[in-house]
Formats: sequence, structure tokens, C-alpha cells
Amino acid sequence: MAGVGWMAGVDAVGRFPTCPVWGAMRSSPTPAGYRPDCLTVLEHGGHGTLTVRWDGPSMATARSDIAFLYRRAGFGASPAQLDAVVAGGYDAAVDALLGAGTRAGAGPDPEPPPTFAPLPKLADVRTDPQARSTYAQMVREQGTELTGWWVRRMVATADPFTEKLTFFWHGHFATSITKVRVAAAMLAQNEIFRRSGTGPFDALTLAVARDPAMLAWLDAGQNRKEHPNENFSRELMELFTLGIGNYTEIDVREAARAFTGWRVDASRTGFQLAAKQHDDGTKTVLAKTGNLGGEDVIALVTHQPASARWVCSRLFSRLAAPVAPDANPAADAMLAAYGSTLDAGAAVRAMLRSPAFLASRGKLVAQPVEYVVTTLRALGLRVTPTAGGSADASTGAAAGAGGGALPQRAVLAALAGLGQVPFQPPSVGGWPENAAWLTTASTQVRTKFATAAAAAANLAAIADEPAAGRPDAVAHLLSLDGWTSRTREAMSGAGGNPARLVALALLSPEYLTV
Amino acid sequence: MPFDRRRFLIASGVTGGLAAATTAGVVSYRELHHSAAQEPLAGGGVLVVVTLYGGNDGLNMVIPVEDPAYRAARGELAYSAEQALPLTDGFALHPAMTGLRKLWDDHRLAIIRGVGYPKPDHSHFRSMAIWQTASPETASTTGWLGRWLDAQAKTPAGGSSAPGASSAPAGSSSPGSAAALRVVSVGPTLAPLVVGATTAAAAVPTGPFTAPGGAIGQELRQLYRPDPVDGPLAARVASSGADLFTVAGTLGPVLAGQADQDTGPAGQLDGGGGDATAAPAAGTATSPPASATVAAAKAGELGAQLDVVAACIRAGVPTRAYSVNLGGFDTHIMEKATQAKLLGELDAALTRFQAAIVGDPHGTAVTTVVYSEFGRRVAANANDGTDHGTAAPVLVLGTNVRGGFHGDAPSLTNLDDGDLRFTTDFRSVYATLLERVLGTEAGVVLGSQEHFPRLAFL
Repeated sequence: MAGVGWMAGVDAVGRFPTCPVWGAMRSSPTPAGYRPDCLTVLEHGGHGTLTVRWDGPSMATARSDIAFLYRRAGFGASPAQLDAVVAGGYDAAVDALLGAGTRAGAGPDPEPPPTFAPLPKLADVRTDPQARSTYAQMVREQGTELTGWWVRRMVATADPFTEKLTFFWHGHFATSITKVRVAAAMLAQNEIFRRSGTGPFDALTLAVARDPAMLAWLDAGQNRKEHPNENFSRELMELFTLGIGNYTEIDVREAARAFTGWRVDASRTGFQLAAKQHDDGTKTVLAKTGNLGGEDVIALVTHQPASARWVCSRLFSRLAAPVAPDANPAADAMLAAYGSTLDAGAAVRAMLRSPAFLASRGKLVAQPVEYVVTTLRALGLRVTPTAGGSADASTGAAAGAGGGALPQRAVLAALAGLGQVPFQPPSVGGWPENAAWLTTASTQVRTKFATAAAAAANLAAIADEPAAGRPDAVAHLLSLDGWTSRTREAMSGAGGNPARLVALALLSPEYLTV
Repeated sequence: MPFDRRRFLIASGVTGGLAAATTAGVVSYRELHHSAAQEPLAGGGVLVVVTLYGGNDGLNMVIPVEDPAYRAARGELAYSAEQALPLTDGFALHPAMTGLRKLWDDHRLAIIRGVGYPKPDHSHFRSMAIWQTASPETASTTGWLGRWLDAQAKTPAGGSSAPGASSAPAGSSSPGSAAALRVVSVGPTLAPLVVGATTAAAAVPTGPFTAPGGAIGQELRQLYRPDPVDGPLAARVASSGADLFTVAGTLGPVLAGQADQDTGPAGQLDGGGGDATAAPAAGTATSPPASATVAAAKAGELGAQLDVVAACIRAGVPTRAYSVNLGGFDTHIMEKATQAKLLGELDAALTRFQAAIVGDPHGTAVTTVVYSEFGRRVAANANDGTDHGTAAPVLVLGTNVRGGFHGDAPSLTNLDDGDLRFTTDFRSVYATLLERVLGTEAGVVLGSQEHFPRLAFL
């Protein structure tokens, strides 16, 4: 829709830079499907009149939709990022976001993965008290280093989609360092998700199944020919590939036999098939009979039609809105893209371009990791790796070019208080969602974090606005459509103080729900 | 919702479409308080169920210190009679459990030995599912307290309660349904044992009962007022945010009545209070004395959960059963340090809880039961730890409890493939609790054909 008209009483000339922030025009948020229009001044008629071109809702809608896309499939977009992509339209923005990792000249990796010194051998740990305490300390420190690295990487990356999808797979194949303990193994698993997360799902599942962290996590060592352990086999079907109702207990038992002898090698970094512990008898899994190995079972389960539905519904549930496997509103497009090659990346792309995805606004509460990372990125805050120090917290605001910093210790403490520490999912089922994140305890931790983040940030862009326009400037900074009248009233108490306004914004229902 | 394990994973969010069910059970303190005023707890016992996730090593909690087979099997992992806290019959309590040892002396701690079920399963999920559904043979769709809740919802006293009836939107004056409030799960998500076929327990959050003070506190009160344009999740952000102030304003004074009941921010943020970045938000409505903070910190996250339970009990909330939990017991390697820390936390939390309710009129009706999905194997493994085992002791404590040992101790030499043979079916424990604490015929929950022997601990 477009049109030409004129309006009186407007003292401005030229095209609006992108579109007016919605909140500047209305004091309540946009009703569903209704967005502000975009006006371009064609002629300055004198006497305070303008002739303008009315571009209809398209530009503003595109900006708002792309901001939403970046929050769901990345960690938010800066106003400048939105300015750069909005003219190209929504679909091009999807392609740009998903292609960021493969663009040439992206520059050096801002946060290359750490390397970890090998842990003392368990045999030594058992006999030598000194080795035992070294082991415990190394496990602790390496775990912190690993977690801090991933958070810093999520904050710094130019390819947020890859990190977001890596986080999705981490929750899907949820493995916790609290049991695995070996940071190097957790990192190796993480790199599988990063490298293969948009590839064929059968290859991803096989890589994860042979990955030492997963082998340790689900007790592969106990899965022996004479005494099969069903732990991995059950979770493979129930959580990773099929979902409940698409296999039987007999399938679980038979598949467990196929995985007997799968274990971590002596170096604790590789996969090994212990032939003597492997059951090479005849098994029947999902109606297929033969001397099935673990690889055969993975191929079998991932190529079931139910598996495609399951995987697509999990993607939709975590990136769009919680759905049951048989009620995924984007299923048609996603399944077509996923196809017979089990192309997970294509399924994500199809989902992000589906109307059902754009219709899922407000259906997710930002998970703590998303919340913290998105906030740090929006405020231009770096995470400074701290080697046990705490003095830099007060000087953090002064560090960095154009933005401040928060000490890693404080960021990880906030994540712990909010209940979501990367590499520590509560169980193999992954993290909870939505209302589970909204507790009185989390409100308190969030308040502390938001206040600290706002205090550390360079908020010149807000301070440069006249006081009355600052709430809208904050919405613009966070790429939000605007504020409810309730939030505006709460902000009015802040007297235009930029840090207080930003803290309130970061604690608002508008920002916490995506 | 056709199948059991889907329900078991509600808490983990993996079930997607059931997110609504998770949300439906979450009630606000405002709702709890409303109900306490409308229909206060009037007689009848209160059951507190403490779930230890991960498989607690029962042999190193209630220790057969005089059994040579124990020392032989455990080697360096074994505690000597001198190290442990002596009980009777050649048993001793883990050295960290000094508070429970006192309860034992007061005959308020019952230890039921060798509790398990036939054909033990070594999977955490499956074995925990068995304990929480009380259905070892077949996969059940409901938790045992969930079925009790279903039965309560059918009774006229509670009125009719549809599932999710407690999901009153923010700002609504309608309280949580009384039926749903008969069981409360403390923590952000529902424990599977409290999910029934038609009803689910309410979930209340843990956390310190202090709200931000100063200007930001004032502005947050405004920010978390209900707004009709909020969608369901935005409304929940507002109501949960407002809850923080409600909790501090209403339950806070109850807790402040006893100095050692003032909850510090145990387990939240970095706990040490040395976070320089938090200075701008540091103004709080109440500031606990340092000694209380230390006591609360020792009781840890479980202590924080039990603080909520104690507060609800003392406020007369009409809840008959509470579910709390503590995780981390999966001690495959270097078990001694881990278990000592966890049992110390358990001991501190339970002791603190008993002290909090003992003087309260409702406190005498409270019975607390502690269990885990399995014990550990008898022999230590090669990593100074133990692997998944079978039978283990169940602890029951309370003013009405008949203290001492119940059930036979399993033999350490007549083993089932290296595992203890159970001597008491866990459903005997449940049946006893259902009848003597909740005043309900056990068959309603455990099946009309059940004939598990009742135990004498109550």
C-alpha cells in the first residue's frame, strides 16, 4: 500500500531516516498486524505544510520483523544493523543472518576456543592426594574458562545465528559438564554443534553419539554385551530423534545392544569400539532385523518420518513458540526443506521465512543466556575474562572503545542466579522454557544484572536526546517497537536518567518476552 | 498427554506443547496468601517430600560400620566407626549429619532400611520415574502425589478443579484453586511426582524474600503493575516481578520473626555479597544478620526451598503436601567430598526446617520423608566413587515419628549381581504416609489390589 498526501503542522523536511519509532507515535504497543506507516517528505510547501509519500506499513513492518528475527535467531540487532538490512526486506535479512558465517572477509575469529592442559590421569588421581586436588582444581578452572569463553564468543561474534543454533543443539543433546567434568570434551562436543548444526541430522546425531562427552554423560562405559545399559539408547529415541510414542521398549532394549562396546578411549578424547564388549548378534529395531551396529541404529531412527516431525517441532518450539510434534504450524515448509537429506539448516531457513514464525511474537520468554548476551551486545559491553580478580568491576565502565565492559565473573554469576549456565543443563532433557524463568528469585538477580549493565554502558546516545524523548531512544537502542503506557509511566519516575531508563527497559515485560 | 515420560520431562521443557500445563501450575504468592486467608489449613497432617536426585549412596549415609564386608567393599571410601556418628545395631550416621543425629537421639528420626522395588532399574530417569509414579511394573502417566491430588479434587470439599484452574492471569483477583494448592512443588518447575491425571500441584518459586529498595524499587513496582495490553507471557513477567514485592511484604515479616529464619540470598548470584557491579541495586528491603546468612548459606538451595515450605506452613496455607529437592548425588568419582558436602547441606536444611516449624501449631503435624532414586553399588569403583545401585535407606522425620530403625538391613554379602537386595518395598512407605499423614486410603493411589505392609514409623 502506498499513497501521496499532505499533512499540516509538521516542521520537518526530508525522508525520515528509516521510520519513526512506533512508541513516538502511539502510547501503547501495536495491535497485532497493525504497524505505523512510513512517510517520505516530497515537498516542503511552506506555512508548515508538507507533501509526503506514504509507503504504507511495509518499511516499518520489515524493520520490526527483522528486529524480531534477530532476537529469535541471533542475539538481537543494533539500530545500525537494522538500518543496513531493512531496505533489502525480510527474506534477504534471513539469508544474510544465516549466511554470516560463510561470508568472505569476515575477519579473524574474535573469540577463538581455548586449549586445555590435559587432566591428571584418573589412576594417579586415585592414589595420589596431590593429584586429586590438582584434578579437582583443574576441572573447576577449566569449566569456568570454557563457560566464559562461550559467553564471550556469543557476545562478540559476527555470526550470531551459528552461536544461537549451537546453543539450540546444546539444549537438544543436553550434556552437562557437572558429570563429564572434562572441559576439552565439552568443547569438542560444542564444536560439533557449531560445525555440523546446519548439516544433515543423521551425520550430526552420529557425531554426537560417538562424542566422548556424550559417551560419558550417558554411561557408555556401562553398556556391555553381557549387561546392556539402555541409557543412551532410550534418550536417543525419546529426546534426540523420535519423541515418545514412536518406538517401543523393545526397540530401546534392542538398540542398546547395538551400542554395546561404544566407549571413550584411554585418552578420554576419542571414540573406541571395544570389540569384546560389543554384541554382534541379531537385533530388531523399528522392524528392521540384522546384525545392527550403532551406526545402523542411528541411520534407522533419524530417517523415520516421525524423526523429521520431531526435529522440526523442537526447532520451532525453541526458536518460535512451544508446540507439540503433531501441531507444528510451520511443519509443511520445514519438512519439505528438511527432505530426505535431513537438512537441518534448510528446515531452520524455511521456518524463519514462514508466516507461522512471524506470528509467534511474544510467545517466548528470553532464556537467561539469550537475555544476558542480547543485553551485553545491545549496550556494547564486552565481557572481560577475569582471572579471579574482582577489582576491575569498578573500572569496567571505562574500558573498551565506545562501550564499557562487565567482568566475566559477574556475568557468569548472573547466569547462575538466573538458572542457566552454559554447559550445565539440568538434565538430558535440556532447559525449561518460558514461565519457568520467571520467578521472584530471577527477578531479583535480573534487577541486579540490568542495573550493573546499564551503569557500565556508554549511554551517550540516550543522554544526547531531550529528556522527554529518552524512553523512545532506549526502545530504539534495544530495537523494540515501543513501550506500553504502564512502562512509560514507570520510566517517567526515572527523571530522564539514562542508566535508570535502560535498567527499567531491560526489566520490562516488553524486553523479556520475545 | 498419552504417556508417562513426557510428563516427566515437563520440567525440562522438552515436551513443547505441554508448556501450557507447566505454566498452569505456577501460582503466585498472592494467590497462596489469598487461599490461606480464605481456607486456612485446618487439621490433618502435612507431608514434605525431599527428593535427592542422582542416586544417594545409602551405605555411606547410614553406615554399617561394624560389618567387615562394608570395609572390604568400600576400601578408601569407607568411614570408620570413629569417624561416623554412632546410632545403634552397629550402624552410624555420616559424619556431616550432626543435626539428624540429634533428631535420632530425640526419637524423631526414623530410618527405614533397604527400601527398593523388584527388578531394579539402573537408569536415573527410569528409576526416578518408578519412585515418583509408584509404578515399577508399568509406565504410569501420573505421580503418586498427583493421583492423591486427583482424588482430592473429586471430593466436594475442594470443589471442582479443572487442570490449570490456578492459572489466574496477572492482576486477576481470583486466587489459585484450593484443590491445586493441596500440593505445592517448590521451585520454578513441577516435580513429576506431583502431576496427576487431571490436576497438577502448584509450583511456587524459591528465593530470598527481599525486594529491591530505593528508586529502582519504586519504579519496578510501577513497571510490574498489570497492563491489559500484555500478552500472557508479558503478564507473567509482570506478576512474577510483582510477586517479589508481595513476598517481601507479606511472608518476609513472618520469616523475620526469628533471626535465623531470615533468608539470605543463598545460592543466588555469587552469594558472597562482594559483587561490586551490583552496588547500584544493593538497597534491599531487609538485610539479614550475618550469622543468619551463614546458616542459610549452609542449608543451600534446599534450605531456601524448605524456608518457603516453613513460611507457608506457619502462614496456614492449606497445603497438605510439599515437594522439594536436592541434586548432585551421582557420585561416580571422588565421592567422599561430594557426598559430604551434599549431606551436610541436607542436614543443615532439614535441621533448620525442623527448628522453624517446631514451635508452630501447624508444625507438629508435619512429617518429612527423604528418598533417592537408588543407592549405589556395594563395591567402590576404580575412581573413588560408586556406580548406580539399588536399595537404600529412606529417612522420615517429624514430631509424630516413631524414631529408630525400621525394616531389615540388606545383607552386604548376599548380593544380586553386586547390588543390595531390597527388604522393604517403597510402596509400604508410601502407603503408611498416605494413611497416617494424609489420611487417605492408600488404595486410591497405589491401586485397590495393593497389600503392602504398613510400617511402624508413624
